[in-house]
Amino acid sequence: MNEKDKPRIGVFVCHCGVNIGSIVNVPEVVECAKTLPNVSYAEENLYTCSSEGLSKIKEAIKKHQLNRIVVASCTPRTHEPLFRSACEEAGLNKYLFHMANIREQCSWVHAKEPRKATEKAKETVRMAVAKAALLEPQAEPEIDVQGSAVVIGGGVSGMTAALSLANQQFKVYLIEKEKELGGKLKELYKLYPNDKPSSEILDEYVQSVCSNPNIKVYTSSTVKQIEGFIGNFEASINHEGREQKLNAGTIIVATGADVFKPRGMYCYGENKNVITQLELERLMKENKLGEPKSVVMIQCVGAREEREGGRNYCSRICCAVAVKNALQIKELFPGAEVSILYRDMQTYGKEFEEQYQKARGNFVQFIRYDFENPPEVCTRPDGGLSVKVHDILVNATLELDADLVVLSTPLVQWEDAKELSKLLKVPLGAEGFFLEAHVKLRPVDFATDGIFVCGAAHSPKTIAESIAQAYAAASRAGIPMALGRVRTEAITAFVDEDLCTSCGTCVKLCPYNAIRKDDEGIARVNDVLCKGCGVCAASCPEKAINMRHFSDAQVLAEATAALGGS
Amino acid sequence: MKVSEFEPKIIGFLCNWCSYAGADLAGVSRLQYPSNIRVVRVMCSGRIDPVIPLEVFVKGADGVIILGCHPGDCHYSEGNLYEERKIKMLKKLLALTGVGSDRLELEWVSASEGQRFAQMVTEFTDQIKKLGPSPVSGKNPDLKVLENLQAAKNAASDFRLRVLVGRERELTEKNNVYEEKIPQEEFDAVLDSAVEAEFIRHKIHLLTRDRPLPVKALAEATELKPAEVLKQIVAMRRRNMITMDHVEGTTPFFKALEVG
Repeated sequence: MNEKDKPRIGVFVCHCGVNIGSIVNVPEVVECAKTLPNVSYAEENLYTCSSEGLSKIKEAIKKHQLNRIVVASCTPRTHEPLFRSACEEAGLNKYLFHMANIREQCSWVHAKEPRKATEKAKETVRMAVAKAALLEPQAEPEIDVQGSAVVIGGGVSGMTAALSLANQQFKVYLIEKEKELGGKLKELYKLYPNDKPSSEILDEYVQSVCSNPNIKVYTSSTVKQIEGFIGNFEASINHEGREQKLNAGTIIVATGADVFKPRGMYCYGENKNVITQLELERLMKENKLGEPKSVVMIQCVGAREEREGGRNYCSRICCAVAVKNALQIKELFPGAEVSILYRDMQTYGKEFEEQYQKARGNFVQFIRYDFENPPEVCTRPDGGLSVKVHDILVNATLELDADLVVLSTPLVQWEDAKELSKLLKVPLGAEGFFLEAHVKLRPVDFATDGIFVCGAAHSPKTIAESIAQAYAAASRAGIPMALGRVRTEAITAFVDEDLCTSCGTCVKLCPYNAIRKDDEGIARVNDVLCKGCGVCAASCPEKAINMRHFSDAQVLAEATAALGGS
Repeated sequence: MKVSEFEPKIIGFLCNWCSYAGADLAGVSRLQYPSNIRVVRVMCSGRIDPVIPLEVFVKGADGVIILGCHPGDCHYSEGNLYEERKIKMLKKLLALTGVGSDRLELEWVSASEGQRFAQMVTEFTDQIKKLGPSPVSGKNPDLKVLENLQAAKNAASDFRLRVLVGRERELTEKNNVYEEKIPQEEFDAVLDSAVEAEFIRHKIHLLTRDRPLPVKALAEATELKPAEVLKQIVAMRRRNMITMDHVEGTTPFFKALEVG
């Protein structure tokens, strides 16, 4: 190794005001850092992340010819990008930076043991320095992004996303599995909270989508295969029995959700007058409701189950839907009695609470029941329905006559979503809905670049929320397409072709199909597809695969530095 | 050493997306836990090659804990499930070395489970404190255990165990071209015997690296019956791991060959 490449590490230890400095003896950590191999410079900062702290890093890189930087402060999950860009500004490749977490994983969790916290901080810096010495500059490959998108799902979310992208002048392929666009919106009666018939909104949407020259609609179509990666996806769809290939730079998942069918619960399926809220909407829409005198609605049917493997989530929209439909029934049949049996009412949205108050004012009865003691529905000998419920607010058991029982059931993921999640290599969460990359920082992105999610496919939501999220997804998808280029992950696997024996284990293990054998049988990693998990490297029978930025040597150096090794 | 005086050295490998975030959350929530753990962040728990914990034990760690996302939450889809298979194999190997399988754990901690992270670390630290120092940590490591660890490391680096573990899920969970699936118990039996055989072979290989040894001496060193040692030597000769060096009287002496 020539003199220029020899590691010259600069260590910056942050007080973070009193967050670290009041527990950990920062000057002692700095003195310790100065004694570590390859460390050329060490200093302490009140706040390393302040503009002053960042300029000090940049100055020290120039003044002391530093070629590796370690910052001992908070978690890399929030601050690594900031320090990396400071390194870049000083002409240092950002992968020559490493962080030691001495706040979240040290001072804050060992606040009562300052001596031990200081020792841990010293060792954590020692570990970071050991890894830093082995860091290498990495390049993030840049690829072209096509200005076209595939939107899967032609409901209100998908149509909104498609329109938004089309209006940004991107080509959109809108895939809908049913014969017509519209999704669940087609089946709804009047919408919350302004009582507009759903058809008014739907017709406007469908017309704008179908007349937009940038949108190509494929109804009666399903996705069969997805190949490629951000910038260059190739989707194979089955369109009316024929296969069609579509090229796209990005993909938006807007497949919506199904409504849970509560078979066997509360006489559903046995008595035709026990229906779901969605079925009620259909009946009202088609004017087939008859003239009910007494309607009982039951909330949380098959939701918030509080059991292992159950639908334990709150579907959120059902309270508002029940209130809305109660009011619609009252408007259609002012004499009808409407009762809503609930566990907790959550009318959380804009103008929702007002609707709830309005329902109370309109003599809709709200009766609270307990999870342990749910209502019972039975068919009376005369064919009518009777609902027995224990009202926990007045501590009395009531018997209500009903000629219609309406069950509020949760939105659930479609059966075929599992298949789509596998095709796209994006995850489903514990409740079966599509799982975003980060609930706050990346709420409409998937962890896989170039694929986005919106609407009820992601979690139960109202139409307004679905539309807002669809705009968000379209704007996120628009960024790489507008730029036309994108930088991809530098943390990728690479194969030592002299060691590879073509066993193919890695090909099977890779969750992203990023590894293929070439004509000679040697495993080849596609840098754009590889996400850098390292499963292949950790399993390669010949140890022929290693990881950039997390090589065996780097991981081991960091770990064993804590054990007095170096 | 009294339990209260012993401060174990524990290395934690945490995946970036769930467990490391869970550890950060424990910090943000100011949950207090023992300070023995030293954390190494990796992108996925599935990154941890079995050789890595073994090397960490060689260097004197008293315990190693690997934390990943809960099944179904893995950022890379199923890296954690692949790690589960690797750790199952590694625990079997560790049991043979004298270090013991309880010094290594794999657990799941999500990004929202700060409390669980603190609890896992506390429990694991207690577990290691109860076990006492690792036989190879400290100033006077048990050389026999150290050699066993080396043999385990070589076995974990070798093709046979790696390919078995790398293919385990494929073999036991998916149908092969003949529409057959290997029952888990059957696979486990194969893996068990492979782990034992590979450990012994690599131990024999280490013992005969510097000087040729006869079967009797190897049987004593490995505490195995001579017939068993001979059986392994036959297999090792087929794999070019060992050769007959010379014969003294009627006793053949064997010497390790360079592997790889």
